[in-house]
Amino acid sequence: MKNHNPPGNHDLANKRGLPHDAPAPASAARRGFLRQSAAGGASLLLSLHAGGAIAAAAADDVNTDRGGDFVPNAFIRIGQDGRVTLVSKQPEIGQGIKTSLPMIIAEELDVDWKDVVVVQGDLNPIYGSQGAGGSTSTPTNYDNFHKLGATARALLVEAAARTWNVPAAECRTAGGAVSHAGSGRKLGYGALVRTASALPVPDAKGVALKDPSAYRLLGTRIGGVDNPLVVSGKPLFGIDVQVPGMLYATYVKCPTLGGRPVSANLDAVKAMAGVKDAFIIEGTANLNGLRPGVAIVANSTWNALRARKKLQVVWDDGEGANHSWAGFVAQAQALSKQRGAAVMRKDGDVDAALAGAARTVEAAYTYPFISHASMEPQNCTAWVKPDGAVELWAPTQNPGSGQALVASTFDIPKEKIQLHIVRSGGGFGRRLSSDFIVDAVAISQKVKAPVKLTWTREDDLQHDHFRAGGFHFLRGGVDAQGKLTAWHNHFVTFANRVEKGDGSVLQPGSGGNLSGDEFPGRWAASCLLEQTPIECRIPMGPWRAPGSNVFSWVFHSFIDELAHAANRDPVEFRLEMLGDKDMVPGSGERGAPYNVARMRNVLKAVADKAEWGKRKFPRGKGAGVAFHFSHRGYVAEVAEVTVSKDGKLTVDRVVVVTDIGAQIVNLSGAENQVEGSVIDGLSTLMYPALNFEKGRVVESNFHDYALLRMPDTPANIESHFLKTDYPVTGLGEPVFPPLAPAVCNAIFAATGKRVRELPLSKTDLSWS
Amino acid sequence: MSKYTLNVNGKARTVDVEADTPLLWALRDTLNLVGTKYGCGVGACGTCTVHIDGQPARACQMPVSMLGKHKITTIEGLDARAMHPLQQAWQELDVPQCGYCQSGQIMSACALLKQSPKPTDAQIDEAMAGNLCRCATYVRIRAGIHRAAEIAQASTTGKGKK
Repeated sequence: MKNHNPPGNHDLANKRGLPHDAPAPASAARRGFLRQSAAGGASLLLSLHAGGAIAAAAADDVNTDRGGDFVPNAFIRIGQDGRVTLVSKQPEIGQGIKTSLPMIIAEELDVDWKDVVVVQGDLNPIYGSQGAGGSTSTPTNYDNFHKLGATARALLVEAAARTWNVPAAECRTAGGAVSHAGSGRKLGYGALVRTASALPVPDAKGVALKDPSAYRLLGTRIGGVDNPLVVSGKPLFGIDVQVPGMLYATYVKCPTLGGRPVSANLDAVKAMAGVKDAFIIEGTANLNGLRPGVAIVANSTWNALRARKKLQVVWDDGEGANHSWAGFVAQAQALSKQRGAAVMRKDGDVDAALAGAARTVEAAYTYPFISHASMEPQNCTAWVKPDGAVELWAPTQNPGSGQALVASTFDIPKEKIQLHIVRSGGGFGRRLSSDFIVDAVAISQKVKAPVKLTWTREDDLQHDHFRAGGFHFLRGGVDAQGKLTAWHNHFVTFANRVEKGDGSVLQPGSGGNLSGDEFPGRWAASCLLEQTPIECRIPMGPWRAPGSNVFSWVFHSFIDELAHAANRDPVEFRLEMLGDKDMVPGSGERGAPYNVARMRNVLKAVADKAEWGKRKFPRGKGAGVAFHFSHRGYVAEVAEVTVSKDGKLTVDRVVVVTDIGAQIVNLSGAENQVEGSVIDGLSTLMYPALNFEKGRVVESNFHDYALLRMPDTPANIESHFLKTDYPVTGLGEPVFPPLAPAVCNAIFAATGKRVRELPLSKTDLSWS
Repeated sequence: MSKYTLNVNGKARTVDVEADTPLLWALRDTLNLVGTKYGCGVGACGTCTVHIDGQPARACQMPVSMLGKHKITTIEGLDARAMHPLQQAWQELDVPQCGYCQSGQIMSACALLKQSPKPTDAQIDEAMAGNLCRCATYVRIRAGIHRAAEIAQASTTGKGKK
């Protein structure tokens, strides 16, 4: 398994002859290979067009037709030497998609994985959607990728059958070769490339896919295709990109969120060693777009950063200057006394149901704003060329959106914006935003040279598009039989004012909008869900499992409170809540149906695997349970914890049962996502929180924005996948949400202490 | 700007930079050794871990002017064939997710194995606590260190037999 396109040292000279409307060329190494294969004769090319149709052509024809450089517009290439190159179209951010999607093609194509080379595709309409977010890459591509591989295989089989003059049905494939049992003949795919390239492509609908029982690759453990480059420190990530003539930039934004620079000592900064230019960028009003700031451009990253130490800016703080976390808390508490600004769901009469309940519980849950803190800070290399065309090397989850934001911000046609997708050092939703891309473009445009912009960690932490904080004011009731009868939530969230049409609207941050269908909406006979926004100038954006990453903690903690108030076992209480129906439809046209049967199954399975209720825990130890449906995945988790008398938490064991459908694509990658989601869930529960004072983020780096490290890692994380008949779905997100409530419910079982505020350090867990 | 000759991965490399330039940026921007990553710039994340005379150090905290003739080893110089037991184990167990922190993790783990060829979990926790992994691959990093210890021992034993 090899990877042939590290991002460093791009050979740009060869690209200058390209017409501006040409699709993005491959990196130098990849072009080299493609030229080689083109020179060697025909290659079989297959590409998936946006509509899902599959077309094939000989490489020579494509080369001739395009009249010049070979254009990488395909997912599969097979050279006459039998070498198989597969294109990964999705951005790789650590979720493993660059390995798993090509595995699907290789499975259907019947080639040995060791003979496959995977290359990263640039942004190109021929690949269809290329966003990596919402755990959608697997479900939206799974079926098509099977068809791509199977169609190529069918062509190769047909080519062999014609060569041997035998029925195709008598031919078999394995290990990159076609064989005919009757005559004992065998030909490698490379030898069939010319014949196969001349054949008409069958309709993908009619091509037989492998029976899953015959899979040899899918469901096995395959190491990430970039691992050899990762462990040897080869250029790989966005921050590693080098372009000839490149300058290095830092970009300073107003510490008060939403503010702008008025003036700066630019001459003093320009006098610093190595500094090429320093200037103010006016920016736009879009809080998630090109923000105003001061750019410093130098001949090295360090020279830009050391010049930054001399920078003095007069800021216009703007309306955000009054923001403080303490102020938000007071505001939320005042709002909680009023009716909500919006009703998200209303079933029955919740006040009457509460009045008639045998037991009621009232509690407020609070969580802070947090940053994404990907290990690789935001960065982008941009080159605005003399003719106005733009070339970008971006570690992004959302290349199409990045291109669109550049187009709209600078009024450049999309066709003139070429974007190379470079591996991201972590995503977590941060790189669905494209602010760092437009920053780099603005700077390159001014200095008329290729520029690598690298955000400092402080920039990254303080100028994130944050996960919004929130406040949930909850009331719940159970009847004499211990059944849930009433659920009232007033959710106080955060919103930005956004211009729309003639006026403006308050738009809650990503994940800061409570769906009326969020569990247990639809399950409580009397249910009132209200929502009130606090207007702020804090930019917000999607954070791993948006909404779910905290809603699950709030609701499954409160459900646990109600279960205990009713003297019920927490698993039994939840199973009863879920009820007997197998499927509950969503509300309204866009509501997502909830497959209750799948959730019951993962919940029962996790109770079984964790020996729920069968073990006695001494005081200071306990188990907790939670489940959550998000991103098409059904997940239940049990956590077992120890809390020392002085309140130190140790998570001893986490059992995870996941139903993401009929097939795990890459078992190694899947288990890695489960372990990572569990620990990320624990980390986010235990440590990070952002405070605001005078509109500025107080925390600045990992010394005061802590994340979990090795010593807090649970000793045992057990992952179980339920194989079901449902479509195959993604795993980047759904395991995250149930972890925090499972741990907090275990803490309650161990100590009787209920955690109602994040991070965990806000609650004294000591006991005697 | 001044010229500094550094001993990097066994070779004398001259960089022409400001005296306060951290080794991190001299490696990345001047010497094109980008395996050493920038994560925090304050020595708090371990992403830029290199070895100075065999000891783990944060390259973001070491100005080039103070490095003299000290031997600097980066991830690129860990093993000529990139087949150090840790590099083998990391691939065998598929440790990385995004991979960004892993060169720093491997350099810290390498220093640990030099001191404790068969480390316990507790020793691993202590030695690796300075290295953040935002993808939280800690379970596999731990397993990878144990596996690397096995590989190293097997190769030593093998050589002994020959």
